[in-house]
Amino acid sequence: MEELMEILQDLHPDVDFETEEHLVDDKILDSFDIVSLIAEINENFDIAVTAKDILPENFNSARALYALIQRLEEEA
Amino acid sequence: MLFTSYEFLGFLAVLVVLYYLVPKRCRWMFLLGASYLFYALAGTEYLAYILFTTVTVYYAALRIERNADRQTAYLKEHKGKLTKEEKKAYKDRQKSVRLRWILAALLLNLGILAVVKYTNFAIANLNGILHAFGEAFGKGESRQFSFLDLALPMGISFYTFQALGYLIDVYRGTVRAQRNFFRFALFVSFFPQLVQGPISRFGDLSQTLYAEHAFDKRQVSLGLQRILWGYFKKLVIADRMLVGVNAVIGDPEAFQGAWVLVGMFFYALELYADFTGGIDITIGIAQTLGITLQENFERPFFSKSLKEYWRRWHITMGTWFRDYIFYPISVCGFMQKFNKFSRRRLGEAVGKRLPVYLSSFVVWFATGIWHGASWNFIVWGLGNWAVLMVSETLEPLYDRFHQRFGAGGTGYRIFEVLRTFLLVSALRTFDCYRSVPVTFRMFGTLFRARNWNILWDGSLLGLGLSPLDYGILAAGTLLLLAVSLLQRRGSVRERIFAKPYPVRFILWYGLFLTVLLTGAYGVGYDASQFIYNQF
Repeated sequence: MEELMEILQDLHPDVDFETEEHLVDDKILDSFDIVSLIAEINENFDIAVTAKDILPENFNSARALYALIQRLEEEA
Repeated sequence: MLFTSYEFLGFLAVLVVLYYLVPKRCRWMFLLGASYLFYALAGTEYLAYILFTTVTVYYAALRIERNADRQTAYLKEHKGKLTKEEKKAYKDRQKSVRLRWILAALLLNLGILAVVKYTNFAIANLNGILHAFGEAFGKGESRQFSFLDLALPMGISFYTFQALGYLIDVYRGTVRAQRNFFRFALFVSFFPQLVQGPISRFGDLSQTLYAEHAFDKRQVSLGLQRILWGYFKKLVIADRMLVGVNAVIGDPEAFQGAWVLVGMFFYALELYADFTGGIDITIGIAQTLGITLQENFERPFFSKSLKEYWRRWHITMGTWFRDYIFYPISVCGFMQKFNKFSRRRLGEAVGKRLPVYLSSFVVWFATGIWHGASWNFIVWGLGNWAVLMVSETLEPLYDRFHQRFGAGGTGYRIFEVLRTFLLVSALRTFDCYRSVPVTFRMFGTLFRARNWNILWDGSLLGLGLSPLDYGILAAGTLLLLAVSLLQRRGSVRERIFAKPYPVRFILWYGLFLTVLLTGAYGVGYDASQFIYNQF
């Protein structure tokens, strides 16, 4: 989770990812952010986030994103 | 059958009455029949196209889902009995079966769209190249291919995208396939959105399209009011503005310099009133039938940047391109490798941007050519791409500027809104002049303009618009602006609905009379086609 938090903070230092629950719905993360984020996550966690995983419910909070990473790690 | 024709109004009136007369559970079937009748009235020869898309996508989606279900059942049955490698090999085999089905359906349907929409564009370019070679090598007359007589089936760009979006969703497992063929056929052919969208998602539309809708006076009233508002935008503003646009844009030799600015703003407003008015009619018809369609606009001219504008204009198309083209390209294996490569070679700052810029390029090229088979639209699409990428690259610089000069007040926000409007209008000019070189030449004359006096010396009256027309246009535009401002606090129609009956009556009857008396029609006048209908 710490590694993910670092990636998120690098992307948007001004956002409090601990508490934010609507990153996509509130348009805090746009499509460019999501694509950059996926590139970082894929490299750091050695997984492959695909287009079908790009759903608001997977990217709305750091916790949801971490759950996605864990699921993909299990599946790998 | 145009939305603006008397036949359509008759069709709609009969349809709404009969719709609420047939039993509730049969209403979706009635809509399917009405949709096919609407389509057949546009040309029976087009029915084959929409049927082909419906059948191929329906069948491919079922096959894909059946394969995915079988995989889940197999893995459940063999849980703990397969090694990790065996499991992976099995999943890969099944995935390749699904991939074959989706690729076949995508190729067939996009192939048809490409043939009917782009063959003549390809021939024109080929002829241009042959001609240039002929000239270069002094062969005189070069071989030229003749154009094909291909009619563009109504709404093909819209229904193809809607159907393929469904197919990709089934492939991704985000929606269950529709097993009832006729229900699926209604999803593809639902007549209000055939003309110019919105491009609906199956997950959203299926919730409301097949539901049993009881007659709800409030919904019917709100729907009819929205239709009326759409006609106001289309007939009173857009079609009147069209006269001015045609005069200025249609004769670039005569209308240069300051006229280009006039044409640019006229076209921007015409397109806005035309397209948002058309969508108001579409969503209003659906609401009258008890069906909810997704909104396609969110007051786009209040955007403070081009990026924001594209989140608020033609929303369903933008999200379609994002979800089904931008994301898959951006996160595919090749792009991930390219990302690593470019970051290693060009450093973090530039390297990580390059893949995103490349995916965006593909998306904006596709957006351009989706709008029309001509270089005008391609240049328009890539123009948007260039501005968006420059803005993205300079964003840290803008942020520093904003912080340093405290640029966040109302005055600055208004400046940003006006700047975005100017930018959007200038880019849009590419799709109305007859060719790209003419557009550039016209912009050139604008910067050398010496004829600013045309704005006040009465020359504007020579465009075929009378002082009364200008008065109506000014009042209509102000009304659009006022309604947009009010919409920031929620639906204006719902607020009017809560008012006492006399207030409602005066407002809606007033609007009805305005459309009737000032709408651009009459003897010898043919209300024009919606602009987006051609895309």
